[in-house]
Amino acid sequence: MGDLIELRDLKKSFGKLEVLKGINCGFEKGKVVSVLGPNAAGKTTLIKSVLGMVIPDQGNILYKGELVTGTFEYKKHIGYMPQIGRYPDNMKIGQLFEMMQDLRKLKSDLDTDLVESYHLKSMYNKTMSTLSGGTRQKVSAALAFMFQPEVLILDEPTAGLDPIAAEILKDKIMEQKNKGKLILITSHILTEADELADIVMYLLDGNIRFYKPIDVLKSETGETRLGKALTKILAA
Amino acid sequence: MLDIIRSKVLIAYTALLALISLSIFMSDADVTKGLISITTIVMIIVPLVSIVYATTYYFNASEFTELLVSQPISRSDILWGKFIGIASSILGSYLIGICIPVALFAFSSTGLMLMLSGCLLSLSFVSLAFLASTKTRDKAKGIGMSLIIWFYCSIIFDAIVLLFLFSFSDYPLEKVMIALTAFNPIDLARILILLQLDISALMGYTGALYRDFFGSGSGIAFSLIFQIAWSVLPILLATRTFKKKDL
Amino acid sequence: MKASILYLFFIILSSLTSANTITVAQKGRINNLGKAIALAKNGDTIIVQKGHYPSYNTIINKSLTILGKDFPVLDAGFREEVITILARQVKLDGFVIKNSKVGSLRDYAGIRIHRTEQVHISNNKLMNNFFGIYISDSKHVSIYNNSTQGTNSAQNSGNGIHMWQCQDIKINNNYSSGHRDGIYFEFVKKSTISNNRSVKNLRYGLHFMFSDDNLYRGNTFKNNGSGVAVMYSKRIRMYNNLFLENWGSSIYGLLLKDISNCDIKHNRFIRNTTGIYMEGCQGINACNNQFLNNGWAMRVLANCVNGEFTRNNFTANSFDVTTNGSLNLNNFNNNYWDKYEGYDLNKNGIGDIPYHPISLYAQLIEQIPQSVMLMRSFMVNLLDKVERAIPSLTPESVKDNHPKMKPWEI
Repeated sequence: MGDLIELRDLKKSFGKLEVLKGINCGFEKGKVVSVLGPNAAGKTTLIKSVLGMVIPDQGNILYKGELVTGTFEYKKHIGYMPQIGRYPDNMKIGQLFEMMQDLRKLKSDLDTDLVESYHLKSMYNKTMSTLSGGTRQKVSAALAFMFQPEVLILDEPTAGLDPIAAEILKDKIMEQKNKGKLILITSHILTEADELADIVMYLLDGNIRFYKPIDVLKSETGETRLGKALTKILAA
Repeated sequence: MLDIIRSKVLIAYTALLALISLSIFMSDADVTKGLISITTIVMIIVPLVSIVYATTYYFNASEFTELLVSQPISRSDILWGKFIGIASSILGSYLIGICIPVALFAFSSTGLMLMLSGCLLSLSFVSLAFLASTKTRDKAKGIGMSLIIWFYCSIIFDAIVLLFLFSFSDYPLEKVMIALTAFNPIDLARILILLQLDISALMGYTGALYRDFFGSGSGIAFSLIFQIAWSVLPILLATRTFKKKDL
Repeated sequence: MKASILYLFFIILSSLTSANTITVAQKGRINNLGKAIALAKNGDTIIVQKGHYPSYNTIINKSLTILGKDFPVLDAGFREEVITILARQVKLDGFVIKNSKVGSLRDYAGIRIHRTEQVHISNNKLMNNFFGIYISDSKHVSIYNNSTQGTNSAQNSGNGIHMWQCQDIKINNNYSSGHRDGIYFEFVKKSTISNNRSVKNLRYGLHFMFSDDNLYRGNTFKNNGSGVAVMYSKRIRMYNNLFLENWGSSIYGLLLKDISNCDIKHNRFIRNTTGIYMEGCQGINACNNQFLNNGWAMRVLANCVNGEFTRNNFTANSFDVTTNGSLNLNNFNNNYWDKYEGYDLNKNGIGDIPYHPISLYAQLIEQIPQSVMLMRSFMVNLLDKVERAIPSLTPESVKDNHPKMKPWEI
């Protein structure tokens, strides 16, 4: 019961396509969970359900043991970094940050580490439409961490970032993990998952194929690299 | 609550409206004729731009909307924030582009009605745009739907009414006609202006029901109430849909 | 000529022989008009002091000048007529004349003038009479500066100023309201009606029946059951009048029925349901008129012939011209039409392509009046545009070959 987030029998289908076929799982604090799976396995849908962006057909989402399906208050404990961050073209970075702060009614006690390490302050007056994709990702990342949430949900966080920025982000993720935050990451890059994750959740056709700590996985298969370990398990 | 957008499209729209009204007033000494020309144009352009702009904006901002949904804020607040943002900017354009020139050059009861009904028309079509947007998933479909709504309201509806009149001209259709107009926000706006502009002709109608409708304030009240309904109901429906929508 | 010399002679004669003035006062020795008339002889003056006098059909049968001071009231208490003038050379000035009997058998009037001439009625206020001033079989009567307020009831209402079989009448600067017809002419010739106002009369502001060679000008007809009706008459000249807000179904600014050789010039028709309605008319010449904000500027039925409609301004009317047929024998030329969309390449102020004043929608609304709801819709505009480009349903013959680009100064 120590789970921060718990999913109970989560089902979702789009039209005829069943995307989630009854997901049951819990996410503990202080862990980095990597959600893996082939395309169309339901990774994004799962994350979006947790975020309340997709409304599940059936099942419940619990935050700290409380039912939160269909509510929005719990989202203040979640920081989300989308795969592709798109913002209103005419908005400036500074305005965006300010607006988000208004939205969360949180002005002080902000975590601005990423804003600083990405040098975003100097670009506060640039409008979103002038930014490169990478810079926008930086903005998204900075936003996700800004409000010191209990839970971080990062959708392909390093995609589109330059290697240095990616390293900064990884460091940030580890730091947060050590502070006892729960971090959910979807990623296609297995080495990255290998590097960051404590636990791997593998989705296949809307079901959890397995959900195991990474070291258990490695020792079960006798492999040292996650990629190898995965292929071995899936082949079995 | 949300951003007020400084967009090129809106500036262009404002400029277009201002250009139309100013050029009409400048080129024509006769103010009433000017008002008639503006009315004709407003009845086409305002709904079209309102609905297409609102729909486009809605879909362009859809990723950002997703981000907002992940924030601790209720979905209806997000949608209403967007609605207020877009509606106020469209209204702003209309106020600057039409209302100010009309107030300057042709301040009269007709002018006033043109301002009022144009504002309500803008609102109802932004509202309809939101309904169309929340009901569809992608931009192309959304804009398609908006265009159909516009096309339906500005031409098809009237054509159907006309056909209907042709085929049933032997029956007393007054009540039906009045009821029918309530189904089209453009017709409602048009009748509001008609009641000012063509009251002489309207008073010539023989049927007692029309006479009451046109002659007393009830026609104006009727049109206003239904125009407001057209502004409010679609966005309420859109809110209901949006609350249940997967993004 | 002979008669007028005789008349002059008579005036001089009477002024020489008598100059008596009789005063009527409420508490005086002579306390009503009837007594004064009985005492007076031709050419005397009667002055009536301020007060309230019953007057049950007081008959004036002598040539008298009767002046009211500070508007004395002559009241018939709904029992009779108020005053009847049977003598020639009577002047009646400055009275309030009210409460004549209302009846369906006889036309009771405030002032009745019968079979006489040289009568002058001025500055009176007539109130609540069945008929206001009723003139029959008379000539050379002038009616100046009076106001007459009728009973305003649909069943029991006579005409404001009513004439029957008269000629050479002058009606100037009067105000008539609440009557059946404001001013009514039947078999009246060679008379002039000028600068009067007829407002809110139940039927017509001014009504001609079988009356030829009359002129009316500078009058205002507002809010009547129809502004003016001219019927079965010839050679009526209508100049400089204002027809305003005569509203309602089958209500017209100017209604013309079976008349011939009439001129309609320099009039203004503003906010009437129909500006001019014509039926069975021939030789109507309407020019330099202003049609503004009417529902239908002109409705000309197909049985009208030889109409000339030139140099008029048609502005902001819902419909310019409608008809029920082809209007072959009428001519529209050189008018200003605000709906004209043609061009003037040679800059002579005249449009290069003809204007067709009858729109498709106007024809449509004739057939299906309910479609009035669609007025000014995009659909209707579209239909009209198409029809103007390729006329098929509207009469091709009705057109203005030389439409003016700018309105006439009128």
